Amino acid sequence: MYPEYMAQSLKKVVQTRAKRLELARKKGPVFAPMNADQRQQALDKYHPDYKSDSKQKVNVGPNKGEALTTEVAKILESHSWVDPEKIDLDNPHHETDLLIIGGGGAGCNAAITAMKQGVKSFIITKLRMGDANTMMSQGGMQAAVSTTDTPTRHYLDAIGGGHFTNKPELVRALTEDGPGVVKWLEDLGVIWDKHEDGSIQVLHGGGTSRKRMISCRDYTGAIIMRTLMDEVKNHPGMITYREFLPALELIMDVNGKCAGAVCYSLDTEQFHIIKAKAVLVATGGFGRLHIRGFATTNHYGATGDGLVMAYRAGAKLMYMDSVQYHPTGAVFPEQIAGFLITEKIRGAGGQPVNKDGELFVFPREPRDIESSAFIKECETGMGVKTASGRDGVWLDSPLIDQIHGEGYTMKQFPAMHRQFIKYSIDIIKDPMLVYPSLHYQNGGIEINDKCETGIEGLFVAGEATGGVHGRNRLMGNSVLDYNVFGRRAGQYTSEYVKKAKTGKLTLKHIDAHEKEMDKAGIYTDLVTPVILPSYTPEDVKIRRLARSGNALARHEMLKTRVRPSG
Amino acid sequence: MSSGKNAKSKNKSTAKKAEEDAAFRLVTVYIMGKPYKVPAEATIMGAIEYAGQQIIRGAGCREGFCGACGAIFRLPGDYKIYSGLACTTVVQEGMTLTQIPAFPVQKAVYDLEKLEPNAATFQKVYPVVFRCVSCNTCTKVCPQGLQVMDYVNAAMRGDVEAVMDLSFDCVCCGLCAMRCPAEIVQHKVGILGKRLYGRYLRKHSPELAERVKQIEAGVFDKEFSQLMAMSKEKLKKAYYDRDME
Repeated sequence: MYPEYMAQSLKKVVQTRAKRLELARKKGPVFAPMNADQRQQALDKYHPDYKSDSKQKVNVGPNKGEALTTEVAKILESHSWVDPEKIDLDNPHHETDLLIIGGGGAGCNAAITAMKQGVKSFIITKLRMGDANTMMSQGGMQAAVSTTDTPTRHYLDAIGGGHFTNKPELVRALTEDGPGVVKWLEDLGVIWDKHEDGSIQVLHGGGTSRKRMISCRDYTGAIIMRTLMDEVKNHPGMITYREFLPALELIMDVNGKCAGAVCYSLDTEQFHIIKAKAVLVATGGFGRLHIRGFATTNHYGATGDGLVMAYRAGAKLMYMDSVQYHPTGAVFPEQIAGFLITEKIRGAGGQPVNKDGELFVFPREPRDIESSAFIKECETGMGVKTASGRDGVWLDSPLIDQIHGEGYTMKQFPAMHRQFIKYSIDIIKDPMLVYPSLHYQNGGIEINDKCETGIEGLFVAGEATGGVHGRNRLMGNSVLDYNVFGRRAGQYTSEYVKKAKTGKLTLKHIDAHEKEMDKAGIYTDLVTPVILPSYTPEDVKIRRLARSGNALARHEMLKTRVRPSG
Repeated sequence: MSSGKNAKSKNKSTAKKAEEDAAFRLVTVYIMGKPYKVPAEATIMGAIEYAGQQIIRGAGCREGFCGACGAIFRLPGDYKIYSGLACTTVVQEGMTLTQIPAFPVQKAVYDLEKLEPNAATFQKVYPVVFRCVSCNTCTKVCPQGLQVMDYVNAAMRGDVEAVMDLSFDCVCCGLCAMRCPAEIVQHKVGILGKRLYGRYLRKHSPELAERVKQIEAGVFDKEFSQLMAMSKEKLKKAYYDRDME
């Protein structure tokens, strides 16, 4: 239930609704979309990436000298958990053809694809299988399946949404493989929303010029992830998986090829050495670094571990100066602050309005533009303030049933409805209060269309990669991304491992990194990968044994906080 | 910290002040038997972290989709066992709680391509469903509010569509399986039902098959090459000039 102090603003939203419903029923946009200049202006003035302290030059590694998102630069300029001298690489605990780091959508797709090529794989994952951002995507996946659409049209939308910074070969792979992915998932048992005649339901997303967003109600990622996981677990002879076993460092061989990983059991706190002919980094994104103190939509393990490992091994990063803020993170109630509210709400006709109930932006601009417009509205006093000091604008969801007919919201958005009704807010009757929430790692480890990096034997897929989306991703393209590139990774790693020969293992790149840090004059107590964020109150933390130097650093005592909690 | 907050709130409306006070009101909860004072507005997950524990098992998406954080609790003066996802359930005074981050479940191994969408399949893959005693405990414990027993019964009848539909929103926290006196693994049955439906009973989409064929035949190759070769200026123009559906 909304508190009394919001009542006046809520009343205004109701008052303007009839007028806005009429706009929605007319042909054409309900608010004029921005042109190129207006977009640039909105970004320059209001997008968090464009704030002066949002970036910092990184002084070590392959991207040395480049300005990166401050929190990213910090985790790259940090120490390793691993002391190479104390690690025995000659007696690995496991040997496999393909080591997959990460049990999310990209990793599972790769494992299944590799299996079909006769290649065995070993998945290690920090939390459980499927504890990944994949599980949480609600609204849908873009794929050019409708007769009014084409993959090339999808290409144009994606590259324009990314401000023409996307790597063309990757956008082509993404959009051209799209319809094939829809079929692949359907054959595995994913249930797409369909019309009576069997055609796939398509909706708009931000930045789409054709209706292209396909969905599984608002549990799209959950359905896909559980289907993929189930299939992975149906092949115990070909795919092995180990949970609560994050990787800490990649292992190289003396010829400069990637050849495994040093892992760490969160249960027993032991190191595990896994030797492999090829390694796929599918570790996902970095939302739990809480860039600029933002709340995040990301899952618990999204701490950018893959970036750190690959960077130390010599892989180049791309567009790590760019962060995606999802326009519609929940602001009220406080318990769900930062939670994702799917873009499908706007795709189905939900409108963002200010405290006076007035539209102020086209509801389906690309995400960075839409977010900038929301931030502008709040910074110019047109937002609604909550008691805990958060700002937000209304996302008018009751329009959806009025546009599509009663029952539509319940059928299409069961998760959203459930999320809010727990706090006595019925999104069919009342709008939601929203503000941009830290959502996606636009950049990542640079790959080509075979998921190869500059390092032989090291492949990357999914959110950990950079280049697919340029500096801004459109909705639904991440779900497509991990499927397309997860499958491609499975294919190309399989071809690679059939020929690969691994030499003697080494961790000398870790020593080299430490030396480079020393040379660059970097003094820090930060040790990464971050592994898990810490939400322990500071007063508890400072009383812990590790802080007084009495015990070895344990994972639960990590100095994980790149930025203190906001 | 709280004194600064109070000083600030002097100028605020009484409604706001009441909200703020609520945010700093503490309640006592018993986490696996041990009492902690935590903010009254905290979720169970927030309370565990506020108490100073680093969660390793028992936190995943933190938004109600992954099922990592199933929790059960009792309330003072009440014999009932309640359940919820720790990430979205708010604490109450005197709540005594524990997380159930894992529960032993054996997923059946099967080849989807060799199954048929009927009751015999459920009987073969998860024969345990036929042990259901219709006690409805699974439905009562479901933090998503799903009609779990109804889909178990649908599985027994071979109504794959109903299993799919009723289990669609399942987050696989496994609390149903934990409480089931017949030892059924409801959430796994739900996944089987959904996969059977998606694979065998879905309506076919002719336009999808056609599009996949077009791509394989290289229908878009030329246009892709043109787009990829375009200068940024030309591409920009094409983008801003494109029509909208």
